[in-house]
Amino acid sequence: MTRMEKPAHFSRRSMLQAGGALVVSIGMPIGLDTVLGIADAFAQGGKPPLTPDQLSSYIAVNADGTVSAFFGKMDMGQGLFVAIGQMVAEELDVPFKSVTVIMGDTATSVNQGGASGSTGIQLGGKQMRMAAAEARRVLVEMAAQKLGLPADQLMVTEGVVHAKADKQKRTSYAELIGGRYFNVQLDWNKQLGNTLYAPGKAKPKDYRDHKIVGQPIVREDIAPMVYARQDFCTDIKVPGMVHGRMIRPATAGAVPVKVDASSIADIPGARVIWDKGFVGIVADKEWDAIRASQKLKVEWSDAKPLFPDWTALYDHIRKAPIRKREVGGKEAGNVDEAFKTAARVVEAEYEWPFQSHACMGPACATVEIKDGNVTCWTGSQKPHFVRNGIALTLDIAPERVRSVWVVGPGSYGRSDADDAAMDAAVLAKVVGKPVRVQYTREQATGWDPKGPASIHRARAAIDAAGNVIAYEFTSKGFSRIDVNTNGGAPWDTLAGQLRDVALKSGDGFGVPAESYEFANKRLAWETIPPLLERGSPLRSAHLRDPVGPQVHFASESFMDELAAALALDPIEFRLRHVKDARDIAVIKAAAEKSGWQGRLSPRRDQTGSKVSGRGIAYSQRNGTRCAIVAEVDIDRTSGRIWARKFTVAHDCGQIINPDGLKHTIEGNIVQGVSRTLWEEVKFDGRNVTSVDWMTYPILDITETPQTIDIVLINHPEIAPSGAGEPSIRPVAAAIANAIFDATGVRIRRVPFSPDRVKQSLS
Amino acid sequence: MARIDLDVNGRVHTVDTDPDMPLLYALRNDLGFNNPHFGCGLAQCGACTVHLDGQPVRSCVTPVSAVGNGKVVTLAGLGTPEKPHPIQKAYVEEQVPQCGYCINGWIMTAAAFLNQKKRPSEAEIKDALTGLKCRCGTHMGILRAVKRAAEMMG
Repeated sequence: MTRMEKPAHFSRRSMLQAGGALVVSIGMPIGLDTVLGIADAFAQGGKPPLTPDQLSSYIAVNADGTVSAFFGKMDMGQGLFVAIGQMVAEELDVPFKSVTVIMGDTATSVNQGGASGSTGIQLGGKQMRMAAAEARRVLVEMAAQKLGLPADQLMVTEGVVHAKADKQKRTSYAELIGGRYFNVQLDWNKQLGNTLYAPGKAKPKDYRDHKIVGQPIVREDIAPMVYARQDFCTDIKVPGMVHGRMIRPATAGAVPVKVDASSIADIPGARVIWDKGFVGIVADKEWDAIRASQKLKVEWSDAKPLFPDWTALYDHIRKAPIRKREVGGKEAGNVDEAFKTAARVVEAEYEWPFQSHACMGPACATVEIKDGNVTCWTGSQKPHFVRNGIALTLDIAPERVRSVWVVGPGSYGRSDADDAAMDAAVLAKVVGKPVRVQYTREQATGWDPKGPASIHRARAAIDAAGNVIAYEFTSKGFSRIDVNTNGGAPWDTLAGQLRDVALKSGDGFGVPAESYEFANKRLAWETIPPLLERGSPLRSAHLRDPVGPQVHFASESFMDELAAALALDPIEFRLRHVKDARDIAVIKAAAEKSGWQGRLSPRRDQTGSKVSGRGIAYSQRNGTRCAIVAEVDIDRTSGRIWARKFTVAHDCGQIINPDGLKHTIEGNIVQGVSRTLWEEVKFDGRNVTSVDWMTYPILDITETPQTIDIVLINHPEIAPSGAGEPSIRPVAAAIANAIFDATGVRIRRVPFSPDRVKQSLS
Repeated sequence: MARIDLDVNGRVHTVDTDPDMPLLYALRNDLGFNNPHFGCGLAQCGACTVHLDGQPVRSCVTPVSAVGNGKVVTLAGLGTPEKPHPIQKAYVEEQVPQCGYCINGWIMTAAAFLNQKKRPSEAEIKDALTGLKCRCGTHMGILRAVKRAAEMMG
């Protein structure tokens, strides 16, 4: 089973060989089991429409008895496809090895939202589990009729249905339906994307009966990578394909006034495509496309520098008009009144910069238009939305567009991948040939949608007895949906914005996710307008755990500040106020595993240049809880920080695959350390100046933590929640709190680069 | 344009190309070796790393004319599932990659290092790999795999 496997063995030929006569017409599945025999009603040779209300849209049993699971989300390299295979195999009672998960192709799967919000298992897996359970129910009913036994006297062992009392009375899934399609309607909630849910009549298994779910099954897609046998989206080659490159202005907002095609006339096959602000070139050979993109003479409009210098970013945010304000949840008590009675007030402000996806490779997409039908091969984590985006961009019906996800160079949200897909579509339409667009490193880091910059104000009212009587937390920053989470509409992509599509910038941010109970409590967010409405290299969008790291850097740093102000151990303070039992459990588990001894921060027993400290932070995320203890070494002379050890306690309900989960948590921690210590998009008035790995440094291998201890808390009785992002959320605060513990200095601006640390400590 | 012979993975191929073109594009587009990846074109990340006479080089900035008679080995030529280089075996056993786009840099650099250095310390391993990029943050797994491979190589 590899995630790139095409459903070749589920070909028309194998179905014709294995299937019976076509007895049921497509599109009439309801109620047929009352008219026809069950075997005929539940199975048919022709494929029902690929709609969310059809069981065949999720599960097929092939002629050889193997199972194909068609998944409308996809794995960004965290082993999700293994977990989905486990859930499907479990419910169907087939061996794990017989399930192939086919992901992210609009021709084979319905829109389950793509990779999104750590919902691969939480929502995508939930649906696949229900579909597989329904498939098993139907197959057992078919077997009951065939064997002449009541369904409740049958059981399934590795795809064979047999009588509980007599194993010889048997038939197999392959015999029952192999090579034909389920003709079973599901109870679809009429939602598309993450919230799509379409259960059948079956109930999934009791967790106590699970044999495959919960096992540490390894990924089989790693060997093909390591032996250079797996293609990425960058490797797609289509006959007749030409190579495209995009041209971006030196000053953001500038548009081409004159494009001199003669400047590249000497390059074979080179051609300019210019439409308003959109400029691209194509050439037959990639090297020629690169040369042409460097040689092309473009005269740009005299756009005025629009951006504040990056060093003035936070002043800009403070002064900017509020476009939208929202209070998260419900205000507890009366915060404003409570502050009037405070004996003292503790307050602080925190700052988080723009950050780049800075994917390992710049985005790449290939688009072919043939006979009015479009195929796009994309690394976008939301290919179903890319289909819609291309349809709108090219003004054709979505049914004429097939979008195929092919594993890309990393994906952590709304990256540059969706923009590249639209650019390729526009170029392919104009030149009449398949076009492969490859962005440059400068475009990948400089022009990708950015994780939003923000400031966060926290304050607490304390009474004369030293109790926290009120807490207020307010974030103010750029929207996380200035462009949407996907390339599903032209106004959300560079190709659309540069070709003068009217914009629809959305407002979204977030509030801390925790269970601190204070009598008076208000959590709020405020968004501000983008710096440049159209074609901005600082347009903001979802970057892994959208606004989670920034919000919880601030809120969990502030809880530490409160503990220090009240002369309490940071964990003791948290446990006094955190109310949710599972939250308390992760905090205690992290404390115990790390050997936490209660005392005040900062420690005062260290002199000299090299000091160490420890810090705790915790948060929730859509049902998952995570607490982290960071142990950090600081060189006061150089300002360098080594985040040496992490102890992570993680509760995401039922664990489907502990091995995949541990790898996912490790990646979260290390990427979190990188974003905390190094990552900051810099810019001047004209443009982003963080454009490569020198100007946008990330964590180096020499700075790898020595240890990441992970405590997995399994709750098999609780439906699984997500793990792709929750553990990146508390990383920055845990490090900040450890720095405070070591030095007594509170750093309230990310990243903690050596210069900033030195400056803060001096 | 020039006709240039390239010895890649033990076979000599001829490409007809601009001699200034980086080796990466000859490998990927002219010779069909997809596995060295374009990551930056600036020798800053390692995604395009191949061996040239046993030493790791960044093919994105190595002009095809500079290869000369040197022997180029790509990840595809380093080993096979039947006859893997220890670092490849260790990478699979440790389940290292997330997206996997960066692995040419780590595997080819580590392989060249381990071929020359027996029983390296952790600090030596880190120094040998410094500067390579992994955006998914698989650093812990990378170090586990290199240590495991070093043990296999005695």
